[in-house]
Formats: sequence, C-alpha cells, structure tokens
Amino acid sequence: MKKLLLLGDEAIGQGALDAGLSGAYGYPGTPSTEIIEYIQKNSEAIKRNVHRTWSANEKTALESALGMSYAGKRVIVTMKHVGLNVAADAYMNSALTGANGGVIVAVADDPSMHSSQNEQDSRFFSKFALLPAFEPSNQQEAYDMCFKAYELSEKYNLPVMMRITTRLAHSRAGVERKKTIKENKMHLPQNPDQFMLLPAFARKKYQHLLSINEDLVKESENSEFNTYQDGKDKSLGIIVCGLAYNYVMENLDIEKNNFSILKISQYPIPRKQIEKISSECEKLLVFEEGMPLVEEMLKGYLDKGIKVSGRLDGTLPRAGELNPQIVRKALGLSKLESQEIPLVVENRPPALCKGCPHIDTYKAINEITAKYGKGHVFSDIGCYTLGFLPPYNAISSCVDMGASISMAIGAADAGFFPAIATIGDSTFGHSGITGLLDAVETDSNIVIFIMDNDTTAMTGMQDSQVNGRIEKICLGIGVPEEHIKVINPLSRNHEENVRIIQKEIDYTGVSVIIPRRPCIHVYKKSLKKEKNK
Amino acid sequence: MKKDIILAGVGGQGILSIATIIGYAAIESGLNLKQAEVHGMSQRGGDVQSHLRISDRQIYSDLIPHGGADVIISVEPMEALRYKPYLSPSGWFISNSNPVVNIPNYPQIQNVIDEINSLTKKVILDADSIAKESGSAKSMNMVVLGAASKYLDLPYEKLEEGISYIFGRKGEKVVEINLIAMKAGRAIAEKGLQ
Ligand SMILES: Cc1ncc(C[n+]2csc(CCOP(=O)(O)OP(=O)(O)O)c2C)c(N)n1
Ligand code: SF4
Repeated sequence: MKKLLLLGDEAIGQGALDAGLSGAYGYPGTPSTEIIEYIQKNSEAIKRNVHRTWSANEKTALESALGMSYAGKRVIVTMKHVGLNVAADAYMNSALTGANGGVIVAVADDPSMHSSQNEQDSRFFSKFALLPAFEPSNQQEAYDMCFKAYELSEKYNLPVMMRITTRLAHSRAGVERKKTIKENKMHLPQNPDQFMLLPAFARKKYQHLLSINEDLVKESENSEFNTYQDGKDKSLGIIVCGLAYNYVMENLDIEKNNFSILKISQYPIPRKQIEKISSECEKLLVFEEGMPLVEEMLKGYLDKGIKVSGRLDGTLPRAGELNPQIVRKALGLSKLESQEIPLVVENRPPALCKGCPHIDTYKAINEITAKYGKGHVFSDIGCYTLGFLPPYNAISSCVDMGASISMAIGAADAGFFPAIATIGDSTFGHSGITGLLDAVETDSNIVIFIMDNDTTAMTGMQDSQVNGRIEKICLGIGVPEEHIKVINPLSRNHEENVRIIQKEIDYTGVSVIIPRRPCIHVYKKSLKKEKNK
Repeated sequence: MKKDIILAGVGGQGILSIATIIGYAAIESGLNLKQAEVHGMSQRGGDVQSHLRISDRQIYSDLIPHGGADVIISVEPMEALRYKPYLSPSGWFISNSNPVVNIPNYPQIQNVIDEINSLTKKVILDADSIAKESGSAKSMNMVVLGAASKYLDLPYEKLEEGISYIFGRKGEKVVEINLIAMKAGRAIAEKGLQ
C-alpha cells in the first residue's frame, strides 16, 4: 500500500481511526490540535460518522471520552500538556474507574515552549496516575501504537496515554497503514460499579490498580516498542526515550561506537531491560525529550549506584527540547563545522496582525487606564496576549486559561481599582464562566472584556463553544443587563467606546464589555465565501 | 543520495507550498522524507522555518543538525541568514532579495544583502519582480523554488507535477502561472546570475 505523508499528529488521528475509533474529543492547543482537525476532515471518519467535535475544555473532553468508553466504544481525547492540568481530576480518577471501550489520552508536550506558557512532561502524570503510556519516536510508531494502545486499554480496562512532543507532532513522514479494525458494538461495563467511586468502591479499585502494576511492567518488557540493541563496547549504556532515539541514531556511527542502546517507548519503564543495561555497562547516559523522569528514577535520591548522566548532572541542558547538536555533544562527538548567525539578523517576534480587532480594544483600554497608572489589566491566553508587547503594553498578566477574571477578582478584593480582565471568547468558554460566577456571587468590582473575534484564533481558527451566546451566558449568570455592553472595536468608534468603558469602570460591581469584531482572517474568509456565492 | 533543506521565511509567505512540492517530488522519486514544520504562535507574522530531509536511506532526526544543510531556501533575505548555522560548508544558499519589513528594527537592507553576498555558494534574486512578470506576484515562492531546483537533485518534471498536484484545485491558469514562475527562477540559477 502507498504510504501516507502524515504529521505525527495526523498519524495518531489515522491510527486511531484505523483501530476502530468511534469518537474524538479535545480542546485545541499547539502542538496537539491537528489530531482532531485531521479526524474532522478525514473522509472515512465522515463516512463512518465518527463523532469528532471540540469540547469546551480538556476536562469536559476527557469526561465525554469516558462516557463513550462506558458505552463500550473506542475513543480518543486530545490536548496539549497544560490541558492535562485542566483535565487532571478526570485523568487521575479515570485510573480507578478505568475504561470499558478503549481510551487513548493523547497529550502533546511542548518542551522549549514554542507556543506554551510552560514546559512540563506528561509522562509524570501517567506515572502519578499509575497508567500506561506510549511515547512514539516517529510517525509510523505513532500510527502503530494506536492499535496497541487500544488493545492494552481493553485488556486491562485502563485509559492509555499517548505522549508526543512538538517535533513529532509537527513533522511529516511516510506512514504505512495496517488492516483496519471494525468499531466496537455498544456494550456497557460488565461490572455495574466500574465507574462508581464512592470511597468503599474506590478503595477496592485502587488496590486493583496497584496489583496490576507489575503486569503493566511485564507488558512494557515484552513490548515491540521497547527495543534493546546489544553493543560490544560496555563502557557506556545509552537509554533513550521516544523521540530522543532519533537524535542518538542521527549522530552515532554504530560501527565506531558500538554501545548498548535501550529505547523506551512504552511505560511503566521496562525493569528487565533496565537491569540488563545497568548491570552490563559501566555507566549510563539518558536522553529524554522533556524532564528527567527515567534519569531521576535510575539515580535515586542518594545517587549511590551506577553513574547516570543526563539532564541532572549537566551533560544535557536541564530545560528545553533536545536537538542533534545537544545530543552530539553529550555523546562526546566532535562538533560539525558550522557558522554563527550574522549580527545583522534581528528577532522577528509574532505580533497582532494588521487590522486585528484586539488592537482597537487595547487602544481604547490604554487611553482610559493611562490616568490610573500601570498594571490594571489582567489578561489571559490567546492572540490578545500579544497586547503585552510594544507598542501596546496593554496588559500585565497571562497565567493559565481563565485566570484573568479570577485574578481581577482577587485584586479588587484587595482594594485595587480599577481591576480589569481581558479574555478571549474561546478562553471564556474554557474556564472564564466559573470565574464570572464567583465575581457575580461576591459582587466584585471588576470590568471584564470578553474579546469576541468569532473564533479560537491563536490555535488556528477552531469554532468557539460560546459563539452567539456570550450575552446570554453573562445574563444567566447574573450580570445586570445594563452592564453587559457590546462594542465594535474600530478606530472610528474609538471615542464612543472609550466613553462606554469609562462608564463601566465608574460603576461599582461586575461589568462585562464585549468587543465584537471578527478576526481579520475569519473576516477575509467570509468575504471570499460571499464572493463565490 | 541525501538532501537536507532548510526552508525559511515570514508567516504567510508560502514556504509550506515549497515544502509540499519538494516533498511530492521526493516521494514520487521513491525517496524517504521527513519534514518538520512550525505551527502555532510563530505564525503571527513571525519567522517560520521548515526542515526538509530527503534521503534514499532511513532518516532518523526530524531536525537537521547545525552544519548539515545542503541547501537553504528562503523567501526573505534576513530570514535566510537566521539559519546560517545550519548550512554545511559545501551547502548552497538561495534567497529572495526582497525584505519583509514588519519590525521596527529591521536592518539596513544593503547590510543584509552584503552579508549574503559574502557567501560563495549563493543565488540571490528579485523573486517578487520575476513573479509579477510571470503573471502573479503570489508565485514569488515558486520563483525561489525554481532557483533552488538546480541544487536539489530531483527531476525537474517531478517538481512540475508537484505544482499541478497542489495548485490543481485552483484551476489550470494558476498552475500555468506557477510553472512559468518556477521556470523563470530556474533560468536565473542556470545563468549563475546573482
Ligand atoms: C489549558 C490550555 N488549553 C489550551 C491552550 C492553548 N490555547 C492557547 S490560546 C487558545 C485559544 C484562544 O482563543 P480565544 O480565547 O478565543 O482568543 P483568540 O486567540 O481568538 O484571540 C488556546 C486553545 C492553553 N494555553 N491552555
Ligand atoms: S489571527 Fe486574528 S485574532 Fe489573531 S492577531 Fe491576527 S487578526 Fe488578531
């Protein structure tokens, strides 16, 4: 069969589909977004009518996935690493309920923070939850592992994590498809209390989870994805996790450097192979794309065993993603000849697009806050976060999705005035609604801007869950109707908008201002559509 | 056979079309391919790059090592220079000469051009003007691809097929314009004009 040229993300989408997927849930987030986007556009998924929608946030997505699993079907839920924090409650508890139909929790980590507010390694979550995880090293493995992940998930009735990182998520390579598997028929859990976590039941389930951990280790030891290349030179043993394997193989000339290499792509870590490599080799070098999970386990707190090098002893940088250069240096190989970036080159950071509606909103806000001094605007995550940069310098914070509203509440409670929040429409749907409820309940003196650009722009124009119902949501939560103001952020409305904003700042209580104008890319697309009609 | 190619430009300039066409030609020639792209934050008018690796052997890393690129193809001159550390001592450097000035501190363009001219193996061309002459300013990226095609070791016809493959949906006219643009770029490289 001809190979498909797929991004790592797409390979997971295709793999899940071919392994009998019935539903996909997720919340957009770089670098995970293309998994669902691929499934949404895939003609077979459309023909089969595989469920494939975005959810309000990662937690609702994971819970919906559990529901589909309860009904016996295979399901995938996708998110970026910080999304798993939001879904953590569901994820941790799903370790006890387990799965009925197979569940893949696909999490894309972003070491080096190419498009994220932090870097964290989701393998720690899987270890924390005592759940198995896969970490593909290439697109073909990402595809193949979906089959294995569902098999494992249904064998042990556990959700299985598929952990990837930016470079695999957004890199294309040829992928060969396997024979497809039919979707599961609907069937409820055999045990009617499987999804019941009343303490008396939960305790038993936790014991069960602990008791099968050894079986999961055995699965890893026998996994086709955990490979052991026996080397002649025992002075060094190399342990590589997932994608890091590629950088080692890129650099190492096995003819010349015949070291043993243990590649780990299925967790919990395979004990038998770890024992073998550490008993046969004089020292160990560990390469992990992310945080030093395996390295820390091997070293132990007292660091008294075999010498282990990696991110903790400075052989590799403690933070950031790996690349061929870093790995080459750690292997002790000579540098390839290369030149510096010429001094003439300047940075070109991302910026708000020309004509972006957020620009006009920030101009209006800036004009007013100028008289109160700096630092009055708490913001959130989306294109509008770029309003922190010059020439706007309009906002002071970006922490986690929804934090703008809640932080404004806290600051207002401390007596800070005016306390302003700016939050995008999709972010409002994700985690802003609950903050607004707090604000209304405590009659907080804040002004919230819900910047409605008709889309989830930052991650590539996905639909926003709250589209068309923002005012109703605010009204329903209890914001007084006369303090829900829709404005059109255009330079010709500047004076009027400034007046409206000033009035709401002067009002003591919760105000919501909704600057509404589509992202210019959405606008241009709609113009094109009109024209084609 | 191995070609490691860095593609560079500014968000929206169409480097991914170049990548797709080269990728198509490589696959159709029975070669292995890996192509790392940049998505997300970096696209709001920021710098974008793609690592394209072609080989008749197994390719491991998705990223090209520093000092390993056989060709740098850029649709913007300062962006081309940003990836100079990737260039192998024997590598070729192909760039459009027209700057995208969307930052306040963009350097003097002559300094950028001088820096490129100090390289020995380079083609620098006014791809914007050539594209306009070919029928559409939008085909600038194909002019640059045309100039680079001389150094890719891929059959030229396969690149042409690649153009039909990705622009086919947009109609014959668009395909035609892009083919002309690529050819014009190739002619510049053949003449050794710089
Ligand atoms: C928990 C979490 N999930 C997902 C993301 C990725 N993410 C960053 S911004 C954003 C969407 C922003 O959309 P919106 O609020 O509508 O603002 P816009 O970009 O449209 O201005 C998403 C999904 C994240 N940073 N954190
Ligand atoms: S993509 Fe849309 S919302 Fe984002 S900066 Fe550009 S115009 Fe603004």
